[in-house]
Amino acid sequence: MAGLHKSEFKNPVVNWIDTRMPVFTMMNKEYAVFPTPKNFNYFWNFGALATVTLMVMIATGIFLAMNYTPDSTMAFDSVERIMRDVNYGWLLRYAHANGASMFFIVVYIHIFRGLYYGSYKTPRELLWMIGVVILLLMMATAFMGYVLPWGQMSFWGATVITNLFSAFPLVGNAIVTWLWGGFAVGDPTLHRFFSLHYLLPFVLVGVVFFHVIALHITGSNNPLGIDVKSPQDTLPFHPYYTIKDSVGLCVFFMVWALFVFFAPNFFGDPDNYIPANPLQTPSEIVPEWYFLPYYAILRSVPNKLGGVCMMFGSILVLFVLPWLDTSPVRSAKFRPIYRGLFWVHVLACIALGFVGAHRPEGLWVVLGRVATTYYFLHFLVLLPIIGKLERPLPLPESISRPVVPRGGGPLPGGATAKPMEKP
Amino acid sequence: MSVTAPTHGSGHPHGVDQGKRDFLKLVTGSAAVIGVGAIAWPLIDSMNPSADVLALSSVEVDLTPVPEGQGITVAWRGKPIFVRHRTAKETKEAEDVKLSELIEPQPDSDRVKPGHSQWIVVIGICTHLGCIPLGNKPTDPRGDWGGWFCPCHGSQYDTSGRVRHGPAPLNLYLPPYAFESDSKIKIG
Amino acid sequence: MRAAAAPLAAALFAAPLAVLLAAAPARAQEQEKLPHPGWSFDGPFGTFDRAAAQRGFQVYLEVCANCHSLKEAYYRNLDGIGLSEAQIKAIAASVSVPTIGDDGQPAERPALPSDHFRSPYPNEKAARAALNGALPPDLSVIVKAREGGPDYVYGVLTGYADPPAGMKMGDGMNYNKAFPGHQIAMPQPLHDDQVTYADGTKATIDQEAHDVVTFLTYIANPEMETRKRTGVKIMIFLALLTGVTYAVKRKVWSDVH
Repeated sequence: MAGLHKSEFKNPVVNWIDTRMPVFTMMNKEYAVFPTPKNFNYFWNFGALATVTLMVMIATGIFLAMNYTPDSTMAFDSVERIMRDVNYGWLLRYAHANGASMFFIVVYIHIFRGLYYGSYKTPRELLWMIGVVILLLMMATAFMGYVLPWGQMSFWGATVITNLFSAFPLVGNAIVTWLWGGFAVGDPTLHRFFSLHYLLPFVLVGVVFFHVIALHITGSNNPLGIDVKSPQDTLPFHPYYTIKDSVGLCVFFMVWALFVFFAPNFFGDPDNYIPANPLQTPSEIVPEWYFLPYYAILRSVPNKLGGVCMMFGSILVLFVLPWLDTSPVRSAKFRPIYRGLFWVHVLACIALGFVGAHRPEGLWVVLGRVATTYYFLHFLVLLPIIGKLERPLPLPESISRPVVPRGGGPLPGGATAKPMEKP
Repeated sequence: MSVTAPTHGSGHPHGVDQGKRDFLKLVTGSAAVIGVGAIAWPLIDSMNPSADVLALSSVEVDLTPVPEGQGITVAWRGKPIFVRHRTAKETKEAEDVKLSELIEPQPDSDRVKPGHSQWIVVIGICTHLGCIPLGNKPTDPRGDWGGWFCPCHGSQYDTSGRVRHGPAPLNLYLPPYAFESDSKIKIG
Repeated sequence: MRAAAAPLAAALFAAPLAVLLAAAPARAQEQEKLPHPGWSFDGPFGTFDRAAAQRGFQVYLEVCANCHSLKEAYYRNLDGIGLSEAQIKAIAASVSVPTIGDDGQPAERPALPSDHFRSPYPNEKAARAALNGALPPDLSVIVKAREGGPDYVYGVLTGYADPPAGMKMGDGMNYNKAFPGHQIAMPQPLHDDQVTYADGTKATIDQEAHDVVTFLTYIANPEMETRKRTGVKIMIFLALLTGVTYAVKRKVWSDVH
């Protein structure tokens, strides 16, 4: 038998619980004294921001669901009732709708931070792959959530996206009919999308939990990309990073509030304020901004199945990224060639975003194809090759000595170190 | 973190610094708590009755079609409201009851509007466990006191809606209402 | 190589993107530019001009309501444009809405403030049958449902003109500068002195359009004034919170090097 946990907490109630179920010890270990590299920049805020966003989305979503009706004849009106009659309904809905965009902004920055500083490399491969699962779940959740107001874009977005599956030979059409629960997007589709839109965020919470477990096994990467070598390289998570994350959180909430209160429909499409009409397609179907790059990849391939495969492939390639990048050096700071390519890749993704927002004609098609080609070239060809060719810059000795060893005694830092007086 | 009390005006930079930090933390902490409260309130308030529900919180009832000795039932906020047009005899009986006979003593005059004592308006929900008493339709049993009879557990009410026989502990509740004219009331 | 990557990126994506984006507005120029008359509800502190909204309600009632529904709105919503409870009650009572009579047959009763605005047609089929197959859109959220919002609705209402020479118009269609494709089924709805304003404002087409757009923007965003007022408070609060949080952060980190 394992026996009771020997708790160090003084408070008798906390101690009693902790002895039998050491959650307090665990929380203290993982979030209070957890040794964290001392050299994080503000890009390391975004994991915490994403977690908070997920919580806000679940909270607002639960209360919205209390007033929403997932029925094709009533969904649109029920959303309008939320906007007009439910106390603070407009705030809940605008916070939730803009929250989706905020969530993707935060997660995309989080991902590109990982790409720049090589956070996907050994030993953090599994951590990274769980992150890609989170991205996929987020995309599914966001897509189904967008269908719920049952406006024109909801309806036709659902039609186009579900039709992607019809590209697969033999089973494609059967899959689409199964997804719809009928022969077109309709009432059964709306009901099941609502059900799944409510379920998936909780699955997401579970996967985020695994993401954090994996993170706490390997420890965080850091802007230098080198391993923690001694306690001097780290700080306890609390208060140093709880307070630093709080600063980022405040700024992030300001950005979010700016949209919710002053430009609530900035990210939205006017067509979604027209009730769904199964007999008339809007003149231009554009997905939400966070899907535009994938949409551009889809349209860049002049073949239905090919486009669908490339689109899914653009995310699936991230799963094998840890093995495609052959360089042992993590941070782009010490990889001159990779650093350049990273920015080319960022620009390619942004270009794809703009391509996705425009009609596929003229130069847009060319730009879309070039950017799509680069996107895959980057991961599949350039990363494996430059890892071998590139000569990285000399790495610093440790996080506490960022550049070259200097004279003098050890620098203060670490979990318990505290200067006796101000220097 | 250890808390050091600020030292008195001496050149002790650490202590002063510590005090300042604790004050800042206090301000930030309180502001954060206010912020979380501000986020929580809209969520909680969204569960309160919404504007469209509140807009229906008053109903007007035309009394002209209700003959003496009969009643009607109207819905107000999802609850049945009994409106009974009492005969002169019933009104007289209700007024003459000795208060000491009642389970919850209340004079009839407290339960009707002055000048309209022939009209009794009550919330038609038994004060025992929430069933709807019988007696508002001509064919219904009205119990031994001529008012209402609850089929669930046998409570009986008189023509003023006062409980005369248990297990109900209280008289039927009165909704807020007013006479807009002699033949029209507004409930709510 | 590091120096080479940036120009490479620029050459590959940034340059053509910039060119294409620069060209995009130029293409939009071909379409008639929407007028922007300046709205009382513009900006982070904007509110609805009550007098304009009330005149706009009159325009809606006397002109638009003959064909267009406003089905998401209630008569009680008129309190937001400054009408009193008694006025709202009177306005509602002047309209009769369908109900079921005591005999169980369809009947009509005077509307209450808690009723939705009465729609001119009972359903889509009836509207199409009466209007030569065209369906007048519901106006409840029209300013949110069109690119350009209030400017677009104003543009359509004031954009009627004779078709340019050589343009072939469809049967029963009208030329309109702001409408996509320039052919609109709705005949010009507003004319000078179409309505008579009680406050003496001269009822030009521009004035009527301006007023009814103010009213419709209110109906589409009844929460707007509360939203902006709350937003200002929240932004101030968050700015202060950011400030003190940053100060604490500086303090906490002051002993780390």
